[in-house]
Amino acid sequence: MKTDRILLDHGSGGKISHSLTLDIMLPVFDNPMLSKLNDGAILNIGGKKFAFSTDTYVVDPIFFPGGNIGELAIYGTVNDIAMCGGTPLYLSAGLVIEEGFPISDLKKIIKSMGAAAAKAGVKVVTGDTKVVPKGAADKIFINTSGIGPIPDDIDVGCEKAVPGDIIILSGTIADHGITVLTQREGMTFTSSVKSDTAPLNHMVEKIFSSSKNIHVLRDPTRGGVGTSLNEIAEKSNCGIKIYENKIPVKNEVKGICELLGFDPLYIANEGKLLAFVSPEDAGKVLSAVRKDEFGNEACIIGEVVPGHPGKVFLETGIGGTRMVDMLTGEQLPRIC
Amino acid sequence: MTIKHADEYRDPEISRKIVEQINNLSKKKIRLMEVCGTHTMSIFRNGIRKLIPDTISLLSGPGCPVCVTAQNEIDAFIEISGKPDTIITTFGDLMRVPGTGSSLQKERAKGKDIRIIYSTFDAIEIARKNPDKRVIFLGVGFETTAPTVAASILSARDMKIDNYFVYSAHKTVPRALFALMKTEGIKIDGFILPGHVSVIIGTGAYLPFFNRFKMPCVVAGFEPSDILQAILMLAEQIENKSPELKNAYTRAVSFKGNEKAIRIMNDVFEQADVAWRGIGVIPGSGLKIRDEFSNFDAGKKFEIISKDSKEPKGCACGEILTGLKTPVECPLYKKICTPVEPVGPCMVSSEGTCAAYYKYHNGD
Repeated sequence: MKTDRILLDHGSGGKISHSLTLDIMLPVFDNPMLSKLNDGAILNIGGKKFAFSTDTYVVDPIFFPGGNIGELAIYGTVNDIAMCGGTPLYLSAGLVIEEGFPISDLKKIIKSMGAAAAKAGVKVVTGDTKVVPKGAADKIFINTSGIGPIPDDIDVGCEKAVPGDIIILSGTIADHGITVLTQREGMTFTSSVKSDTAPLNHMVEKIFSSSKNIHVLRDPTRGGVGTSLNEIAEKSNCGIKIYENKIPVKNEVKGICELLGFDPLYIANEGKLLAFVSPEDAGKVLSAVRKDEFGNEACIIGEVVPGHPGKVFLETGIGGTRMVDMLTGEQLPRIC
Repeated sequence: MTIKHADEYRDPEISRKIVEQINNLSKKKIRLMEVCGTHTMSIFRNGIRKLIPDTISLLSGPGCPVCVTAQNEIDAFIEISGKPDTIITTFGDLMRVPGTGSSLQKERAKGKDIRIIYSTFDAIEIARKNPDKRVIFLGVGFETTAPTVAASILSARDMKIDNYFVYSAHKTVPRALFALMKTEGIKIDGFILPGHVSVIIGTGAYLPFFNRFKMPCVVAGFEPSDILQAILMLAEQIENKSPELKNAYTRAVSFKGNEKAIRIMNDVFEQADVAWRGIGVIPGSGLKIRDEFSNFDAGKKFEIISKDSKEPKGCACGEILTGLKTPVECPLYKKICTPVEPVGPCMVSSEGTCAAYYKYHNGD
């Protein structure tokens, strides 16, 4: 993109973010573990496989219905490790705090990080805190990194989808992104939507104990389900077909999206996963997901098809078809 | 916030029945123009082009407000953003539109205070909270948004807020229809008229146009069965050679429209001759702020120099907006013009024809 400065679009998780990674980061750090560009890296240490991942949390507002930045920082990294097939064990936490930030808010955030770590069954084993002058950061930013072993018989990755695979989605989409959006300054309507922030590692354990034929796991966070499916289609060189009628979206979330001209397929989730599984095991995996406390609305939303490699198609509610492209930049509210 | 009564208009069974009726009825090859950008998006999002018979072509018209905003207006927006002590407020669509040298998005990255808002009243609030700044709202849109902008000016006057200004680049739809019919080479057999705009202006506003050209015209809603119903009604009129001005969106649109909104709009704005991108000047198709509200008129309050506005070379936005070309016929489409690096506004706006093609169309 022809710009000499970073735009907010560069952080959207869509095509423009992707180009930043490919053009600036990858050529410098190039190595086979990074170049897979999965949610985390898969390391081989002493003959054992480990998943290693990092993420930085800058959500505004820091407290929102259904969660806060601290909880999000724990679950986000836990989920990234789980999506690599790893069992998350140890996390680091780095805090950047703006001068003047209320200590009571910090205590609240740290307390919920503790509760989240306990719920996910991980330990925060190292950390760092920096304070910057007022205005140099917005309230608080948190980075977490994490590591966890990958059992020998597990081998998942975005490049491993094959035609015939059934796509399972663990619940309603767009809850997190819409919640955060409606809490921002300037959004005056009230709603009861809540972020779906949740740990997915226990759900992943249930998935692996129900089937050995899991090919892809992915949590569709920034960029949403639409962007994640495009990444999987591209890396696996497979076609994906999904059905609009089968993708669960809460009525309220749907309403807000329509009002603002947003497509829920591109809105962030923080407690949902996509699992690609061989057709013979789809039923078993679906019931395993539904048994998890965060998966009871799970459903099958589509399949991997032999045609149109690298592209995602959607059958619309009224039976038409259309392409689902990757998100370009931030979705912006429309004029009319 | 649940949107009720939407599901029945998305019922696949109802849509299937309308498609069947269209299939049975449609014999002639016809070209229908959906004037409104929201219709274009809905047609693509629901895959309607693939459901209707080959005899019916759908063309996208000039009803995406960002897309028809003239280059010099975009440049003026960017220029104003550089004035001292200024906060620009805008709806989101405008952020990425490329001006001759920059865009609002790029100016924001350079440190200009440019804020996306959801309602003009957010802009008033920003003005109230920042009395030492000049808060400018970029008024782009059709009759759908113009009344709320007019209302914000009335409120600013009543609240004695003197640091709120509007740059009005508003446009009105019925006059554009006249201009379209006079475009050389135009081949349109019927119009799907906008839904949101018609909620405000009413079907009656199209009577002069209909009486002059006797073109089949149907006002449509935005759900799939609304659009299919309008296509069916137009196909019927064309097959029977009995053009009519009809309303297929009766749950929202009346003959007279929203009289209060029209009154507020007329209180604050008056008709003006304005340039539409790709079409040129259309007499009486713009809304400028009346003299009695000139204190709120950013166009008068701020000196705007930009003269060397240039529409990008090779960009076929103009022909696309008038249905003379489809995006795939533009030499820049998908080659150098993409949503990541848009050349023309039709690729930027979420309602733009090129963006819709890029996002949903797979080359067939």
